[in-house]
Amino acid sequence: MASASLLKSSPVLDKSEFVKGHTLRQTVVRCFPNAVPSSLSVRASSYADELVKTAKTVASPGRGILAMDESNATCGKRLASIGLENTEANRQAYRTLLVTAPGLGQYISGAILFEETLYQSTTDGKKMVDVLVEQNIVPGIKVDKGLVPLAGSNNESWCQGLDGLASRSAAYYEQGARFAKWRTVVSIPNGPSALAVKEAAWGLARYAAISQDNGLVPIVEPEILLDGEHGIDRTFEVAQKVWAEVFFYLAENNVLFEGILLKPSMVTPGAECKDKATPEQVADYTLNLLKRRIPPSVPGIMFLSGGQSEVEATLNLNAMNQAPNPWHVSFSYARALQNTCLKTWGGRPENVKAAQDTLLVRAKANSLAQLGKYTGEGESDEAKKGMFVKGYVY
Amino acid sequence: MSCYKGKYADELIANAAYIGTPGKGILAADESTGTIGKRLASINVENVETNRRALRELLFTTPGALQYLSGVILFEETLYQKTATGKPFVDVMKEAGVLPGIKVDKGTVELAGTNGETTTQGLDGLAQRCQQYYAAGARFAKWRAVLKIGPTEPSQLAINENANGLARYAIICQENGLVPIVEPEILVDGSHDINKCADVTERVLAACYKALNDHHVLLEGTLLKPNMVTPGSDSAKVAPEVIAEHTVRALQRTMPAAVPAVVFLSGGQSEEEATRNLNAMNKLKTKKPWSLSFSFGRALQQSTLKAWAGKDENIGKAQAAFLARCKANSEATLGTYQGGALSEGASESLHVKDYKY
Repeated sequence: MASASLLKSSPVLDKSEFVKGHTLRQTVVRCFPNAVPSSLSVRASSYADELVKTAKTVASPGRGILAMDESNATCGKRLASIGLENTEANRQAYRTLLVTAPGLGQYISGAILFEETLYQSTTDGKKMVDVLVEQNIVPGIKVDKGLVPLAGSNNESWCQGLDGLASRSAAYYEQGARFAKWRTVVSIPNGPSALAVKEAAWGLARYAAISQDNGLVPIVEPEILLDGEHGIDRTFEVAQKVWAEVFFYLAENNVLFEGILLKPSMVTPGAECKDKATPEQVADYTLNLLKRRIPPSVPGIMFLSGGQSEVEATLNLNAMNQAPNPWHVSFSYARALQNTCLKTWGGRPENVKAAQDTLLVRAKANSLAQLGKYTGEGESDEAKKGMFVKGYVY
Repeated sequence: MSCYKGKYADELIANAAYIGTPGKGILAADESTGTIGKRLASINVENVETNRRALRELLFTTPGALQYLSGVILFEETLYQKTATGKPFVDVMKEAGVLPGIKVDKGTVELAGTNGETTTQGLDGLAQRCQQYYAAGARFAKWRAVLKIGPTEPSQLAINENANGLARYAIICQENGLVPIVEPEILVDGSHDINKCADVTERVLAACYKALNDHHVLLEGTLLKPNMVTPGSDSAKVAPEVIAEHTVRALQRTMPAAVPAVVFLSGGQSEEEATRNLNAMNKLKTKKPWSLSFSFGRALQQSTLKAWAGKDENIGKAQAAFLARCKANSEATLGTYQGGALSEGASESLHVKDYKY
């Protein structure tokens, strides 16, 4: 079991180091050599080393996450958009297409799965998780149980899923998952109320602690929804509050920061705001947020796309990587990686290769963006289409 | 502070106040299937549905007992059960002016990073479950959070997490018509003295009421089910008057006057001890803006269980024992208990170290 060392006595401050006229207040921390470990010690259980290693692997240069964890209902909407019925066979066919794209692991370090997919095989009868591992992609699992109305709030939501989470996480680990994901939301048009922010942050912290205890690297995702007419400054204000609270509760819950990943929303104006922001502005605000609120011990920050078009999402990511950052700044995209691919496939076996090619095009583009080298040459119109849906429900 | 003002507000206030009626209290008969199995095993009775039903029927149909009860907490199975002649238990209660309650938590799990402390589960899907229970006749709910006293316990994490869970549960219940009983039990296990217990109880209750406030819970529509303030189980016992003073003082310091009633848990005290302590509290001449009553499980059922021993021919004897304890505790809520309601086992300590429900 890894634990940080106990606090030793702090250095006694020399009077001469203080500004003239200020009285010195000595802070002495007594060391109790035989004391029970204080609640300040971080404890990520026996999985600590593995968690750190997995997090670093997912946060490797030039790579990011493919989010393919749409619930059956949401996947149904995707399939419906190309005229397909929402059956297990169709979901299996679609996910097979994604995970078997040749060479995907060059650009993708991790794939988030829905529970059904974690236990599924491809249409060739191979386990999905095995295909991913062979592709050098770490399998992840969505563990939350969705959003429900938050009693006592301003029509806001909270995220369910803590009941029985420890045993579910252990089972997912057995099945091959090595990281988890939990998405909660904060809504600016609805406040957000202090209660909603607290509930979101506390739920994430509890989930993170339980995940680590069972060998899964938790992706911490408090999505500040794009919906609203607010400007970028308001988003920045709310984001600072949310992240401060998230990290405070993560610390209270003894979470090992070196063994987590973040999935924040970029700092942008609201979707219905009259003023648009350039990728450079988005990068500027977002990097400021990260510098003020995210400890450097966090290995990777994998941004969500939240309704941006495929190209927008790539351009914004690229702008953020024009200078070295203390953390790996990358992507965890669903729609922004899959949209053109889905449309190209249209459910037809003869289109599989072409669809996989478009997936690889987007994956490569975002890989270049992670390295700050994306040029945007040769992008299709489809890729530039915005994917914002008002009041979008996952 | 703005709090819940929804469609059930008046009903919640009325039901919570009713439960705190002087002379009445709660029978906690919500032992889970596993726990009731242990009780039945102790009298060599098989843990099958018919026996569980028979035990609860014995209690609910004891002539004259229900007048001393304002509520009964049930386990989910029991909410839907009937007497041998086919009358639903909830109807038996309603006719006697007793509110049915329902245990809604899903037990405790360990808190990672602590020394064996726990948190309570059960929030997922709770709103829907409350609606179903309300439809089945339940009017109050119960959720048990557990804390312990140790060298570094309870930790701030355990206090915050359990208080938060209680507050979330409470508001969800209120939104669905059930009066939430807020139960932050601090286990009696340990060798600490009464002052340590008082200190911890005050800190825990302060955190609970802060959380309830943050979650906009309507305090007039809640009840508190705390432990009494006592020395640890491995320490020397003290007189009921001492327990009464420390307990009431802790409540004065932390519990808002808006809460209508406190329904103490017995937590392993013997039947007689629990009654005497409650009685001493109600005799105390000091500021008490809330009524002080009982929500006892073991401390109401122990002698009854022993007298019954699973045999039909013992039902009369068993019901007499149950009636005696109900009456004794009713008197204790009025401060008029004189003692003497003893039967076999009434003085027996019911403490089990590190007790798991």
